[in-house]
Amino acid sequence: MIDLLTHLKEMLSAAGLSGFESPIRKIVQEAWAPLTDELTVSKIGSLHGLKTGQGEQPRKRVMISAHMDAIGMMVTGIHDGLMRFTEIGGIDHRILPGQLVTVHGREDLPGVVVQPPAYLLPEGDSDGPVEMKYLLVDVGLRPDEVAQKVRVGDIISFAQEPLELTGDAIAGHTLDNRVSVAATTLCLEELKSREHHWDVWAVASAQEEETLGGALTSPFDIRPDIAIVIDVCFARGPGSSDWRSIPFGKGVGLGYGPNIHPALFQLFEDKAKELEIPYHRDVMPRMSGTDAMAIQVVAEGIPCMVLGIPLRYMHTPVETVSLKDIRRAGRLMAAVIADLAPDALEHIKWEE
Amino acid sequence: MTKTNNQPTGQAPGIGASQIELLEKLCNATAVSGDEHEVRQIVLEEIKEIADEVTVDALGNVLATKLGRGENRVRVMLAAHMDEIGFMIVNKHEDGLFEFERIGGIDERQLPGKSVLVGRESLPGVIGAKPIHMTTAAERNNKIETSALRIDLGPEIGDRVKPGDRATFATRFEVIGPSIRAKALDNRLGVATLIELLKHAPEQIDLLAAFTVQEEVGLRGARVAAYAFNPDMAIAVDATPAYDLPHWDDDDENDRYNTRLDAGPAVYVLDAATIPDRRLVNWLVETAQQAEIPCQLRQPGGGGTDAGAIHKVRSGIPSVSVSVPIRYAHTAVSLARLDDWTSTLKLLHTALGRVTPDLLAVERRD
Amino acid sequence: MKSLIKQLVETPGPSGFEYAIRDVIREAVADYADEIRVDALGSLIAKKGTKTDEGMRVMISAHIDEIGLMATYIDEKGFVRFTNIGGVSPLTCVGGRVLFMDGTRGVIGVDGIGWGKMPKLSDLFIDVGATSKEDCPVKVGDVCGFERPFIDLGKRMVAKSMDDRIAAAVAIEAMKRLTSTPHEVHFVFSTQEEVGLRGATTAAYGVDPQVGFAIDVTRSGDTPRTNPKMATALGDGVAIKVRDASFIADPRLVDWMVKSAQEAGIPYQMEVLEAGGTDGRAIQLTRSGVPAGCISIACRYIHSPSEMVDSDDVENAVQLLVKLLSDPIILE
Repeated sequence: MIDLLTHLKEMLSAAGLSGFESPIRKIVQEAWAPLTDELTVSKIGSLHGLKTGQGEQPRKRVMISAHMDAIGMMVTGIHDGLMRFTEIGGIDHRILPGQLVTVHGREDLPGVVVQPPAYLLPEGDSDGPVEMKYLLVDVGLRPDEVAQKVRVGDIISFAQEPLELTGDAIAGHTLDNRVSVAATTLCLEELKSREHHWDVWAVASAQEEETLGGALTSPFDIRPDIAIVIDVCFARGPGSSDWRSIPFGKGVGLGYGPNIHPALFQLFEDKAKELEIPYHRDVMPRMSGTDAMAIQVVAEGIPCMVLGIPLRYMHTPVETVSLKDIRRAGRLMAAVIADLAPDALEHIKWEE
Repeated sequence: MTKTNNQPTGQAPGIGASQIELLEKLCNATAVSGDEHEVRQIVLEEIKEIADEVTVDALGNVLATKLGRGENRVRVMLAAHMDEIGFMIVNKHEDGLFEFERIGGIDERQLPGKSVLVGRESLPGVIGAKPIHMTTAAERNNKIETSALRIDLGPEIGDRVKPGDRATFATRFEVIGPSIRAKALDNRLGVATLIELLKHAPEQIDLLAAFTVQEEVGLRGARVAAYAFNPDMAIAVDATPAYDLPHWDDDDENDRYNTRLDAGPAVYVLDAATIPDRRLVNWLVETAQQAEIPCQLRQPGGGGTDAGAIHKVRSGIPSVSVSVPIRYAHTAVSLARLDDWTSTLKLLHTALGRVTPDLLAVERRD
Repeated sequence: MKSLIKQLVETPGPSGFEYAIRDVIREAVADYADEIRVDALGSLIAKKGTKTDEGMRVMISAHIDEIGLMATYIDEKGFVRFTNIGGVSPLTCVGGRVLFMDGTRGVIGVDGIGWGKMPKLSDLFIDVGATSKEDCPVKVGDVCGFERPFIDLGKRMVAKSMDDRIAAAVAIEAMKRLTSTPHEVHFVFSTQEEVGLRGATTAAYGVDPQVGFAIDVTRSGDTPRTNPKMATALGDGVAIKVRDASFIADPRLVDWMVKSAQEAGIPYQMEVLEAGGTDGRAIQLTRSGVPAGCISIACRYIHSPSEMVDSDDVENAVQLLVKLLSDPIILE
């Protein structure tokens, strides 16, 4: 049995910014090696794990896409040993001052995000938020040493350690979307002890936060018949109470909107009801903001489902998730996949 | 120059009572981007006897092939999107009131005081507005935002409507003198045109008709349809705004009319999504001149059609767009001229009849 | 090389209307290419070299289109209203001169707003010297580019479309100097980059490369009062892109490019561009993905009629490209 907390904490302590996924890929590779029949790396860094189905050839293919890349920052300039930076992925500059970070130079350097005093900034005496371009990172080294160890283009990741909160809640950076990778691991583990007709392609996708690059490219080779995209969704919490959020720790989100094939939504809803796994319909009137946006329009088009794990404080270093919802997501995916009959595709149609 | 020795053998189509009836059915149907069910059903029913092959793909596009006869047939893709702008219910409140979001580009100022149809059952509802008595003069200077509006289906709607359901304006189709007035003329005019072209397909080409989905949310259906068809060339058939209205200053010219009613089909030369292939632009314009069909160039500028997705697929597909000019697109009530629709159909049919491999044999000369 | 650059930058070729510049390039590469073709979107693709055991199919992309204008309306007095093709700022338009593809010349005027105010494009018009709508030679849909001669300032060079004809010059010069390569190299002179990397998107699909590099200009932070300053500067060497707003260069390629530059003693600088995109994105995201990078040339005043680059940076870019294409590509 995989220990979810240990597995997750290991992933949360690894870097792996969009476009620079190798540290996290290695960890996922190790976790998935005993659970899959074949592991390959795509040309732009997504991890593809194939778990062969027991059905007769030719078997249908289901792809799970869980992006493994993280948001973070990148050095744009070095001045007197302090670094200026830009973002990778979307970061609210107001959450940055005082954050512990790691600068990945010629070696990893611990650092902190510094907010200069107002009189050093163009606004003079303002106490408003400081724009990202004026924030700095200090790694505690003298300028000559920084010049040797850091160059423009080096990446910076959050260094917040994961925290266990009460009630099975965990907090840390990059829970978006390592919790979904963890749910995929649980799903693969469960499928080990169950028969499934279809081939399962588990993909830890790259570059979701920047270009959806992994999701645009991996399905082109795999050509799945259907795809399950698993990502985090908004949980209700401070500052997040409207229709875009679902309750925290009380079940998974089932995406509903143009990126999602209605027959797949139905399949998931029926299975959740059958297994009494709590869920919420997560309405996405336009784009889902997930890998499904890309996967759906690859080649001749791929029917997609979006499964969500509710998360608070998205894109901060203290994202919070309930372990219960990760387990639910893994179990639901495994149940849906295991129950895909060889001819299930004939029921995933538009004219219902 | 295009050779004209291959004249169309298919009978020339026209717009009569049955075509108008079909358009009425299409316009009154609901097909908000992502849920094009109702229009798809009408299309499938209309084309099942005509096309050689019909499929519905993973996104819900209807892909219909009508094969021609003879050698060296050019594979021509025609795309018309089935989806329309509209709404999705996102949250349920007390008393049969529902919060909603817009889908596609709808001006918020067009919403207050409108009737709508909600869900697969097309249940009637209204988007109300605060009584003028309870507003202040200052308040009336600001537009009413969507988040402040609700769709009201009456206090006993119960569970018949739920978050995720789509809604559209309830406007019903009418013919008024020389004009058609309806919701969703963008792009049911294109859909109806494509159905007629399938019924009267010229025989020297393979006609690949894509009735596409999700155009209004990012040209998504057309992309995968073009990949599947892998055509030699493509035409997006759509509707485009006619802003042929007077300038507030009577002495000033309206230099941004986009298109004008009564000037015939609009051929594109540049929009935000495509720089159409000039070989195809010239082919259409020359056809219009020679066949004496009214035709206008759409003013270069913003906007986009399915061609924006199609031309970038695979190694590139020479593409152009032709639209019926319509007033008040993306609102509850749009308006088009029957004559413009007739000319659009005629231009496309005549031009398709003149397609030969020579059209694309020369290098793109812009 | 400067005479080639002069010829390239002075030929008009707004996005979608690249036929004149394509003809110039076809002629310039004819002697060095094994095979030349033009794809559906007008990109010219020149192949050179044969793939050996240690070689790859490599795509090099330099875009040959430039920003420009298209006529939208001719008023009663013969003034031409226009829309932009690509990122045109009204700031650099007023007083500018334009050249239509048929040779018609015009100047850009503005009225209706106060002196010193920032105009919108819709406030501007082109005056081709017509006296009425009837004698205006321009029709709706006609296309023009900005007209400005090449000037050689010695170490620095200035022209209207250094973005991205300087890259075309680099690619052509590299083709010329590349005497032996283990790779099958496809030099793509791509179209419609300024309106969304469209030419490179379809060319990349067609070439189906194993590795790709864009060549493009990038901004510089070495002008007065740009703060905080971007780290790239004219004269500091060829720029090796780590990222721009459109894609993240493959870090394995970035490391290899840096090592190659160091080995060959070619001056280089690292580049992080926070705005703007390049053909590298189109290459990276085609089919099932392609490792992609970008060689950049620092450029001042991008998208103005007077874009400035440094001759040494250009030479260093040629040297780096030749070096990269002469060696086996190492991805680790």
